[in-house]
Amino acid sequence: MVARTRYAPDRGLTVRMGLTMFLLGLVFVAFVAAIIGISLLFHASDGAIVFFALVLGGGMAIGSLFYSDKIALSTAQAQVVNPTDSGEAAMVHGIVDRVCALADMPKPRIAISPTDLPNAFATGRNNEHAVLCVTRGLIRRLTPEELEGVISHEMSHVAHKDVMVMTVASFLAIIAGLLIRFSFYGELFGGGRRGGNNNGNQGALPILLIIMAVSIVVYAISFLLIRLLSRYRELAADRSGALLTGQPSALASALQKVSGSIGRIPTKDLREAQPLNAFFFAPALSAQQAQSKIGALFSTHPSLEKRLAQLAKISEQLGQR
Amino acid sequence: MGFLDTLLGRTKPVQPNLDVLFQLPSAAVTLEAAAGFTPTGTGSVCFRPVEGRAFADVEKDVRELLDLSGAKSGSLPVEVTKDSFGFTWLVSSHMSDEVEDLVTDLHAVNSALVDNGFGPQLLCTLVAFRDDQQRRLALVYLFKRGTFYPFAPLTGERRDSALELQIKGAVSGDLKMEQDLSRWFPVWGAPGL
Repeated sequence: MVARTRYAPDRGLTVRMGLTMFLLGLVFVAFVAAIIGISLLFHASDGAIVFFALVLGGGMAIGSLFYSDKIALSTAQAQVVNPTDSGEAAMVHGIVDRVCALADMPKPRIAISPTDLPNAFATGRNNEHAVLCVTRGLIRRLTPEELEGVISHEMSHVAHKDVMVMTVASFLAIIAGLLIRFSFYGELFGGGRRGGNNNGNQGALPILLIIMAVSIVVYAISFLLIRLLSRYRELAADRSGALLTGQPSALASALQKVSGSIGRIPTKDLREAQPLNAFFFAPALSAQQAQSKIGALFSTHPSLEKRLAQLAKISEQLGQR
Repeated sequence: MGFLDTLLGRTKPVQPNLDVLFQLPSAAVTLEAAAGFTPTGTGSVCFRPVEGRAFADVEKDVRELLDLSGAKSGSLPVEVTKDSFGFTWLVSSHMSDEVEDLVTDLHAVNSALVDNGFGPQLLCTLVAFRDDQQRRLALVYLFKRGTFYPFAPLTGERRDSALELQIKGAVSGDLKMEQDLSRWFPVWGAPGL
């Protein structure tokens, strides 16, 4: 008998994510074609700066890929810990051990950051170099079950190789960004020098301008697409993490605590709080909605409402007989 | 995980491998001959409960099933405990010479969970052993890897690594042992150990 599965994939999310990556690829191809076209059109030697940008951008991408773990850990002032170091280290190790055994994943290194901001991240280019970091503030605020939810979310990022995927996706933006800068400086210095030179290379100035304009457009589009992709990756990690532990509600409550929105749930008796309702609830909600329209486009994370809604849906699916 | 799954951020839940458990009785014989460890007759299954009604129902059914089979053979009822990590342990106790019955019980729990679609929630199964000096030892089965590893706790969250490696050598002919030592995670205070 084939065991039935309760862990149906989310087709909609998969399709949207695939489409976003396809568009990113399309922009990249169009960008390269435009640059090559411009260079050919003007017989420009300015192709050199494009080449330079590619090499430098590639170097930066590879560098950030290889040093992502070290950079992130030193930014968070986090220390890699062993289970015997302290009580909290032992607890985090215990949770990670179990999550890894459930998911059949190798165990990452574990770091604890002393900051009181409740947060966690996973980094490293692949499973072998993965580091999972939690802050002391997170350990202090969350119950072990909520902490497990956060850790399984982060382990899903590792499983999905999100550091790798996002670095590759950002490659285009890095190059476009470099080209904007190069052509800007080229305009300032190279262009001026050539103008003084009477050899008649008038093509240089418009080429740099065109490259700059194209780069700006590409940078803007790819920036939005990367943010969109990042939000989809977050939703995917929420989903995988919740299915892994079977506790979507624990993750949801952790999310609420971390976003500080637990303060929005009234702890006062309703009758007591009623006079405050007019001042508190409605403005708070509409302000959030206004922010979500514009801010959502640029955000790396989906809105709390969206994440909670997805987790509620998973909880419902898991409870079905 | 395939390339496409990585690209699209999908994780397929890992299904457990159950049948390997039936190699335990012969390994128990080897273990006694080679290292002097005998089964205590106690074993447990550890799984991560899923929130909601569906899982609670399955859990209840499994307990009733085990209690029923226990009443028939005259063994102790199944004990259920929850550890500090939120995992549930079902402990089944038999006489020390009834390893086959014990394994059958454990297998019943596992297959009930798998049949109801909760296979990915299984973490490990362990069977407890003792030697003449009352040293404790467990053979832990990792469902997702399909491998075993030994776990020998000492007092105060320390483990007897030398003994564990010795046991690994002793039973590697009977059981598929986990070669990656970083997967030998400790199960401190596991019920029934």
